[in-house]
Amino acid sequence: MSGTTPPTVRLANEIARQFHHQPPATAATAVAGHIERFWDPRMRTDLQHHVVTSPESLDPVALAAARLVGS
Amino acid sequence: MTILKEPDFGTPAATSSTSVTVEVDGIPVTVPAGTSVMRAAATSGIDIPKLCATDSLEAFGSCRLCLVEIDGRRGTPASCTTPVADGMKVRTQTPKLAKLRQGVMELYISDHPLDCLTCSANGDCELQDMSGAVGLRQVRYGYEGENHLSLEKDTSNPYFDFEPSKCISCSRCVRACGEVQGTFALTIEGRGFESQVSAGGVPFMESECVSCGACVQACPTATLQEKSVVQLGMPSRTVLTTCAYCGVGCSFKAELRGDELVRMVPYKDGGANEGHSCVKGRFAFGYATHPDRVMSPMVREKITDPWREVSWEEAIGYTASRMREIQAVHGVGAIGGITSSRCTNEEVYVVQKLVRAAFGNNNVDTCARVCHSPTGYGLKQTFGESAGTQDFRSVAAADVIVVIGANPTDGHPVFASRMKRRLREGAKLVVIDPRRIDLVRSPHVRATHHLQLQPGTNVAVVNAFAHVVVTEGLVDADFVAARCEGYEEWAEFIARPENSPEVVESITGVPASEIRAAARLYATGGNAAIYYGLGVTEHSQGSTMVMGMANLAMATGNVGRDGVGVNPLRGQNNVQGSCDMGSFPHELPGYRHVSDDAVRTVFEQVWGRSILPTPGLRIPNMFDSAIAGTFRGLFVQGEDIAQSDPNLAHVTAALTAMDLVVVQDLFLNETSKFAHVFLPGTSFLEKDGTFTNAERRINRVRPVMAPKTGKHEWQIVCELAAALGYDMPYTHPREIMDEIAALTPTFAGVSFAALDRLGSIQWPCDEDAPAGTPTMHVDSFTRGKGRFVPTSFVPTSERTTRKFPLILTTGRILSQYNVGAQTRRTANIAWHPEDVLEIHPHDAEVRGIGDGDSVTLASRVGATSLHAVISDRMPVGVVYTTFHHPVTGANVVTTENSDWATNCPEYKVTAVQVALRAEGAEAASVPGARARAVVD
Repeated sequence: MSGTTPPTVRLANEIARQFHHQPPATAATAVAGHIERFWDPRMRTDLQHHVVTSPESLDPVALAAARLVGS
Repeated sequence: MTILKEPDFGTPAATSSTSVTVEVDGIPVTVPAGTSVMRAAATSGIDIPKLCATDSLEAFGSCRLCLVEIDGRRGTPASCTTPVADGMKVRTQTPKLAKLRQGVMELYISDHPLDCLTCSANGDCELQDMSGAVGLRQVRYGYEGENHLSLEKDTSNPYFDFEPSKCISCSRCVRACGEVQGTFALTIEGRGFESQVSAGGVPFMESECVSCGACVQACPTATLQEKSVVQLGMPSRTVLTTCAYCGVGCSFKAELRGDELVRMVPYKDGGANEGHSCVKGRFAFGYATHPDRVMSPMVREKITDPWREVSWEEAIGYTASRMREIQAVHGVGAIGGITSSRCTNEEVYVVQKLVRAAFGNNNVDTCARVCHSPTGYGLKQTFGESAGTQDFRSVAAADVIVVIGANPTDGHPVFASRMKRRLREGAKLVVIDPRRIDLVRSPHVRATHHLQLQPGTNVAVVNAFAHVVVTEGLVDADFVAARCEGYEEWAEFIARPENSPEVVESITGVPASEIRAAARLYATGGNAAIYYGLGVTEHSQGSTMVMGMANLAMATGNVGRDGVGVNPLRGQNNVQGSCDMGSFPHELPGYRHVSDDAVRTVFEQVWGRSILPTPGLRIPNMFDSAIAGTFRGLFVQGEDIAQSDPNLAHVTAALTAMDLVVVQDLFLNETSKFAHVFLPGTSFLEKDGTFTNAERRINRVRPVMAPKTGKHEWQIVCELAAALGYDMPYTHPREIMDEIAALTPTFAGVSFAALDRLGSIQWPCDEDAPAGTPTMHVDSFTRGKGRFVPTSFVPTSERTTRKFPLILTTGRILSQYNVGAQTRRTANIAWHPEDVLEIHPHDAEVRGIGDGDSVTLASRVGATSLHAVISDRMPVGVVYTTFHHPVTGANVVTTENSDWATNCPEYKVTAVQVALRAEGAEAASVPGARARAVVD
């Protein structure tokens, strides 16, 4: 994993990888739940920023999850 | 308290549930069947003279001093080796016995120096005591004949001397080394009169001795004696307290002479250690009075300025005003704190309260982030409680012991001794570890299976174990049906071919047949217990692996009784406690999520402040946010994040970016180089509070001496809170524990008074379990049903490349402790003066590296240098080092990779290259590294 990847993107992608064995919608819900339960709000806000500015940097499951997460 | 001498019953307690009544000197006594006559007599208050017997060791029957007469039996049997029988009538004092004992003592004394008045054991010598007890009045044999009086003293060990001229060849030291410690470093060399205790024919320091102190403790004379006793004299008072090193949490008698600590002696009634110790807890306490300790608060405007000693008032006032300034400019969430597992529950509790109530956010985390945070997550998800399932005693009932990613003989030596004892009794051992740890093969211990997996493949291995269990019909269906949920989905997942031992063999490097055999043994071998360490948690899939182990234990019904369970071996003494106390940014004390309105309300009512319902920043998030500019002030309690945390270039960049770093510690450590305020802390000898060990055992930490800095750490935190406008008006740490108990259901029955009464308490402690809970999840899991969680194996993104073709994994060594701040300031340094790099002969050969060569160790984030040790403990392609010395800076090379669920760093897998170091090359290539080399 590149050290230049924004931390929230890297972390979201790492979480998403763990749920790839699940159907995409289920995985996205699980990842979103994890982020809501364990992330500081400023990290969620930062993730939302990357959803807008660099969605391609996010794993598809992470991207779907980020769209479910409130900032 | 005056000196505490514990009663010695001569032989170990019998465990039979059948009772036997005997009569000793006319006094009836009822004891368990199998009890020795000596112990039965001691139980009734009659001490039979003895020298080779002590109740920590099996009876030996060599000294011939404990002879008794038994009605209806011939001769004078040794009371230590004679078990009681119903109706037995024993006489311990008769003219015949007196004559025999005097004769025996005469022989002992005839070959023993009569220097009692100047002997270091004067007043604490069993030979001296027994001479009095048997009424010895003469020694008829003189010293003209052959004797041992001129044998040379061995002073090689830094902590104790061996004076063979005073040895009576009772073999207590030899037996203690074997039976208690399990090292078998000592032996009796020679026969008859030539018999001598020997450390294998070499000085102690060159022997296999691990300096646990068991032999010193067992010695009835001054033959094996602490150097501190020789130098300072016999102690005169005792304070019962708890060791501050590893997660075993041993109970010790701190023995003092006046206010000077003479020695630490393990306490027989200590629930965790039951009278045993290791080289750190027993001897390595000198750091507490080391001249490097800082005793006055210090402040500086910039980290390039020199430190300025200030008053407590100024330091605390400065900290408070700077913290508030930061919040005024950058927001409430711009500051936070880190708690320490080296501090007491009470000290930790007030720091998280400071952050939540005075700072007004949830930016509190703890050093468990970098070690056992996946344990908290994984066990909470599956069992419902973020803690291990057993007490340490439980291992004595295990039939199969699986050790995963742990090195107990080095990291948790006192527990390892318990484990080795059980293994010598016949329990089977499975070791899952890339490195051939000592347990794989040591005296009288040999692992049935050593699964030498590739680093980073734990989950593949545990899934393959479970695959065997499920597909070969080894599931405990009754347990699963009655106690668990989610089984069907999990079983379908785990039975997939991708999880079979044959498929994962190419990933893990472990032969499928070995995994199948080990899994069958675990599932069918009787009580099966899992013990694990940081080799499980410090991976990108640490939490997944914890859940995988829990799945395996549930599937085989190995939860909820003695001898089984899933047991984390915690790194620092109070890792469990610091987590229990609400140190995680998403949880209030008792592992209750901050989003829980009902829980928050309870705290808010007592604290008088509102608590944010959203999680705060974890330590790695704090670093990222500092670099991003949104986190600018940090209070660090007793943790050296600039040495212990991974990717040090990133850590130091974050610390440098902050406006205010406050360090509370014993010494100016690596982190203090980036600090603006230094608040001197207290050692465990000065603390007053509690620690909670890996078995959830809450132990009292009693002050042996007053705080050398003039203030307890909890007082400093309370004063800082007050300076921030929030009162925490405690007058004693017992009041802090009372508040913890009032707010935390699992601690409801805990108080200092209860701890003084019960000795220790394993939480949960409440109305249903007023004396605590040694074994968890007995009838049901904390969450109700145990939950199976599918654990898909997702390989780490850290891969070997052509540039970095080796995998580095890290660990620790017996004599040193974590970043070494304490143990490097003791004589323990003699065993480990520097960190070294273990490298396989093949990997060394192809790089032209010889044993002892200086090499560079480089990863994609940094490089350092250290000396190589050629060793086949590691498989080809894997290298290993420790992280006890800042000068080597092992964490210069570890990366930002972390556990997906908890951000626990992936210390155990780093792709590296190793090369012979060119002369004149720099030691490390991270800012600050050279400074570290010079300063520390």
